[in-house]
Amino acid sequence: MRGAESTRGLFLLLGGRVTELLQQLGDVALLSGRTFYQAVRPPYELRALVQQMDQVGVKSISICGIAAVFTGLVLALQTSYGLARFGAKAYVGIVVSLSMVRELGPVLTALLVGGRVGSGITAELGSMKVTEQIDAMRALGANHIKKLVVPRVVSTMLVLPLLTVLADALGILGGMVISRYEFHVDSHLYLSTIWRNLRLADLLSGLGKTVVFGFLIGIVGCYNGLEVSGGTEGIGRATTATVVTSAILILISDFFLTKFFWWLEILA
Amino acid sequence: MMASAIDLHKLYKTFNSNQVLRGLDLTIAAGEILTILGGSGTGKSVLLKLIIGLLKPDAGQILVEGEGIVPLQEEELLKVRRKVGMLFQGAALFDSMSVMENVAFPLREHTRMTEGEVRDRVREVLALVGMAEVEEKLPSELSGGMRKRVGLARAIALTPRIVLYDEPTTGLDPRNVDKINELITTLRAKLQVTSVVVTHDIQSALRISDRVALLSDGRIADTGTPAEIAQAEHPVVQEFLAGHL
Repeated sequence: MRGAESTRGLFLLLGGRVTELLQQLGDVALLSGRTFYQAVRPPYELRALVQQMDQVGVKSISICGIAAVFTGLVLALQTSYGLARFGAKAYVGIVVSLSMVRELGPVLTALLVGGRVGSGITAELGSMKVTEQIDAMRALGANHIKKLVVPRVVSTMLVLPLLTVLADALGILGGMVISRYEFHVDSHLYLSTIWRNLRLADLLSGLGKTVVFGFLIGIVGCYNGLEVSGGTEGIGRATTATVVTSAILILISDFFLTKFFWWLEILA
Repeated sequence: MMASAIDLHKLYKTFNSNQVLRGLDLTIAAGEILTILGGSGTGKSVLLKLIIGLLKPDAGQILVEGEGIVPLQEEELLKVRRKVGMLFQGAALFDSMSVMENVAFPLREHTRMTEGEVRDRVREVLALVGMAEVEEKLPSELSGGMRKRVGLARAIALTPRIVLYDEPTTGLDPRNVDKINELITTLRAKLQVTSVVVTHDIQSALRISDRVALLSDGRIADTGTPAEIAQAEHPVVQEFLAGHL
């Protein structure tokens, strides 16, 4: 009897969680639809967009740059070490660049921006929600999705590919330094293997992913900020949720996007 | 009889399992100052948010100047909100903007005024609330009373016909309470606005109102002039007057 009750309790708990998750997915989809609708509809909030691009992009350059350089250094160290066993360390350039451009540049940049910018968006919108500033904006006859959500989502979508290009370049250069001074691979050789073997499709598949990652970071950050309840404690919970959710979504979607771009390349 | 500015008919609103409004009926005449008195958590702020369309009732009708706003979508509501200004409890000024930008916000949003005209209008409404010297300050540099006055300037920048006040005197010192109360009556005299004030400050309510409505148990328990309310024998009124609510 007790066993049946606990099984029932377990199913109720699971059902409750699944319903809650589906409800949240529905709400995010609805917010995404409204964001898209407001983004394409004039008037355009260009001033707010530029401000957000500065906030998201310019202020993330240092953190993304440092991460990319050190990733390039480590990547070159590890691959040169492995390739040297097969007498193939001359190919370190193309291995490092392919890894950076197709995978590490986009994903690392997205994870860092997700942590820095996504949580910032949630904290800012969450504070505005708690202090009734979002209600005030609506009461003043302004559309809060257009004013607040669109500039944040669009700016993360636009800025993430640019930051990724920078990260790719710095990672490859970092790899070149290690290859040159630790493994004595000539810099010209390093660069020429990249130049001859790296295709535009490699770069585009990496950058294509970042547009989706940017959207995920922006929309998750905004959704959690707008849904804050329970005062300042609620803001803390929401920012943590943004960092965790955006990181998980980036990693899961990365797999499917990689498959998608592979498929596109095969078709082309 | 005066035309009604706001009609609330059989309003119901529930949050999770907490039924806040239970069939509330209220008519607010054009040009009057009506104060809704009620204890904490009785749904006073919810009522104002329903009137301005920030929340939707579970059931019931809300007419603002004869127009039913419950079925309206957010886009259509934006037009209705031009007619209604609201002063929020904590003023809800935008932190990242200066006082000037805060008050200019609705003007830039809804009018085609030039920058010069916007500045002139902002100065005019700031002067009206006695805050002429703070244009370039940030909200964080203002005291609570000053923030409320700037919030009021922002709410009336578009010369609305209805102004909603959410706990305008809460958290203020007696001097600022007097100033805000005076402003509410002055604005009504100068702009002929309908004013709806929700508060639990009974002294202010009796002083500034044309009519007082008592919110209890999700319904309006009693309405009347301040003198009538002060003498009413309704148990809720008595408890309120005795300071138990």
